[in-house]
Amino acid sequence: MNLDLNTVWFILVGVLFTGYAMLDGFDLGIGALHLFTKDDTERRTLINAIGPVWDGNEVWLVTGGGALFAAFPNVYATIFSGFYLAFVLLLVSLIFRAVAIEFRSKQPMHWWRQTWDIGFSAGSLVSGLLMGVALGNIAWGVPVGADGEFAGTFLGLLTPYPLLVGVTTVALFMMHGAIYGVMKTEGALHDKLRIWAMRCIIFFVICAVTLTMATLLYVPRMAARLHDHPWLFSIALANMLAIANIPREFHHRRDWLAFLSSCAAMATLMMLFGLNLYPNLIYSLPDPANSLTIYNASSSPKTLGIMLIIAGIGVPVVIAYTVCIYWIFRGKVKLDRMSY
Amino acid sequence: MDVLTLARIQFGATVAFHYLYPPLSIGLGVMLVCMEGLWLKTKNPVYHQMARFWTRVFALTFAIGVATGIVMEFEFGTNWATYSRFVGDVFGSALAAEGIFAFFLESGFLAVLLFGWDKVSRKVHFFSTCMVCLGAHFSAVWIVVANSWMQTPAGYKIVMHNGIQRAEITDFWQLVFNPSFMERLSHVLCGAWQAGAFLVVSVSAWYLLKKRHQDFARASLRVGLTVALTASLVQVVTGHVSARGVAKNQPAKLAAFEGLYNTTSNAPLVLAGYVDEKDQKVEGLEWPGMLSFLVGFNTQTTVIGLNDFAPQDRPPVTASFLFFHGMVGIGFAMIVVAALGFLYFRHGSLHERRWLLWILVFSVLGPQMANQLGWFAAEVGRQPWIVYGLMRTPEGLSAVVKANVILTSLILFTLIYFLLFAVFIYLLNDKIQHGPDEQDLVPSGKLALPTELTHHPRT
Repeated sequence: MNLDLNTVWFILVGVLFTGYAMLDGFDLGIGALHLFTKDDTERRTLINAIGPVWDGNEVWLVTGGGALFAAFPNVYATIFSGFYLAFVLLLVSLIFRAVAIEFRSKQPMHWWRQTWDIGFSAGSLVSGLLMGVALGNIAWGVPVGADGEFAGTFLGLLTPYPLLVGVTTVALFMMHGAIYGVMKTEGALHDKLRIWAMRCIIFFVICAVTLTMATLLYVPRMAARLHDHPWLFSIALANMLAIANIPREFHHRRDWLAFLSSCAAMATLMMLFGLNLYPNLIYSLPDPANSLTIYNASSSPKTLGIMLIIAGIGVPVVIAYTVCIYWIFRGKVKLDRMSY
Repeated sequence: MDVLTLARIQFGATVAFHYLYPPLSIGLGVMLVCMEGLWLKTKNPVYHQMARFWTRVFALTFAIGVATGIVMEFEFGTNWATYSRFVGDVFGSALAAEGIFAFFLESGFLAVLLFGWDKVSRKVHFFSTCMVCLGAHFSAVWIVVANSWMQTPAGYKIVMHNGIQRAEITDFWQLVFNPSFMERLSHVLCGAWQAGAFLVVSVSAWYLLKKRHQDFARASLRVGLTVALTASLVQVVTGHVSARGVAKNQPAKLAAFEGLYNTTSNAPLVLAGYVDEKDQKVEGLEWPGMLSFLVGFNTQTTVIGLNDFAPQDRPPVTASFLFFHGMVGIGFAMIVVAALGFLYFRHGSLHERRWLLWILVFSVLGPQMANQLGWFAAEVGRQPWIVYGLMRTPEGLSAVVKANVILTSLILFTLIYFLLFAVFIYLLNDKIQHGPDEQDLVPSGKLALPTELTHHPRT
């Protein structure tokens, strides 16, 4: 592994999607938990906990998609046209998630709010699930023809292993969202979320263990990669420690550290995923010769260089003001007349 | 229907619906900067009330703009995968830059604009409003870079990569400042400012008609009509420059806009009419020599006609002609409406002229229709090319996508977008009926602090 431009962009695209998971992950998690409370004020509090930030968080996905398009256009083209229906469903889910946040509290009628609450929650849940399924398919391997085009079907994407990754992603986001919710709320809702968060942690740990076993048993090239490069165990170990640290910090009411551990768990999972995939972006099954790699699917070195300059200028600025904005909206949510 | 037709209908429909909202975000962004700036300058609380009210409208348009915008980014890959492989190196860079430079800025500071009223000082809030407005403009910059490259490709070379041809960047700044970029950007931005300004004008005129919130309405009209008239006048200049650019860079498109079949000097400008495609002539009112004059400042300038292009290289003539003339007609009508409104407003007699107020109420539709028609003209006029002169539209399609799949998603998006539009109109109407908040005349929270105090806090 040498650090050429293609590798740098492999890492950067990974960083963008990991950033998306860490940030929008808690929005989608809050959405998935939304219907568990029936109380209107509590539902509003949950929405307003993510109110000022969900929109900026979604931009990580948009930029990640743009970066994939620019850096690896062949992967973008193959995956987006190949996973057509799955991505249309993802778009529909993201649309409902987004507009429901804006619409739901604009009218007082019960049916109105209930409808958009369902839209918000179902949109969040299905978004997380489909992103996980897409990731799962890429981990498992995707049928690619000699022409570089997707050679499978929509139903072929819904096999047990990708579905397991999808459920695990939902569990991860729910845990992440519940911990975020605990930090942003107080009173009765805070106490409820504390219980939900514990259940979500258990749910996630079960999923994570099952997924690890399934990966080692059924995705032999992942196990082989680990076998050939034993140092990868250090990341797997870091991942396990991060996951184990979540309930520990949470139990001691160091919610912020539990949240960071959850972020670390996501980061290490993505690193394991990336290191097992590298240098492929789309591992082709049944014929690995058709795989799309960071070399045969990439833009020209010149473009990758230009993009790196753009990212070098843009990303530090983005991170700086994102931190400022999270700082302005720190602390517990208080509903006022500007709230959703 | 075949895959090509369905894919084109789907992209056209989703982008047309999406484009109802970004111009409002850009235009209302400018209005918000004006209103909040005036408030900081004059300390007149009615400007604060205006900024608050229009921020709520802005939030509504922004949410739908974001929700429908992400669809566009996905559709390049889902429907036009071959195109994406061909242009990814060039076009993808512009999209990624849009994400990094525009969307983060816009959505990040939007949080402060919408929810930060009581949390930050006046100046920080005003700064955030400016950043949201700037972000919206940057977004227009990069998307027009990308689209203008499809109209007038520059700064690239065609290279074989894995056995297929594709465009690669040779000069980034040539790509960005491709021949049609600046003029098209100014045209798009002016259209967006008109969309925002006329929305403010329309709602304010409605309040005057109903004799409600009259101080608010008059102050809003002052800002709205000024921006509306200025943008409408500047739009003539940007439109003219854009059309000259089309004449130079895409002569087939200009010929289709004007229904001009035979290359000629002293070419007429069609003021109104329709194209008889069979007999290759235009029926209607023409201004002899004017088209030549506009293109080259001389009635003897030669304008290239459609017959100089092979039939398979010509854009659809009737559609291009109608979209273009519709846009131009509405554009000039907007000047008349804005000028009348502005003059009578200055004269102080606007509130007595109910007919004009009614026209102003409906004037909100003008920029929206002109923006839509303008984009239709620009995109239909580029046909049969997806990238002008380099790739034909049918060649850009995804190889693996079937017609029934596109049809399914087309029906799904259509239903959802109708629902979103209905809800948008319902909520917008609700906000307008509810009107500005009286309590917004009294700033609250940190904003209520006199500005001097924030500079010299008591110890």
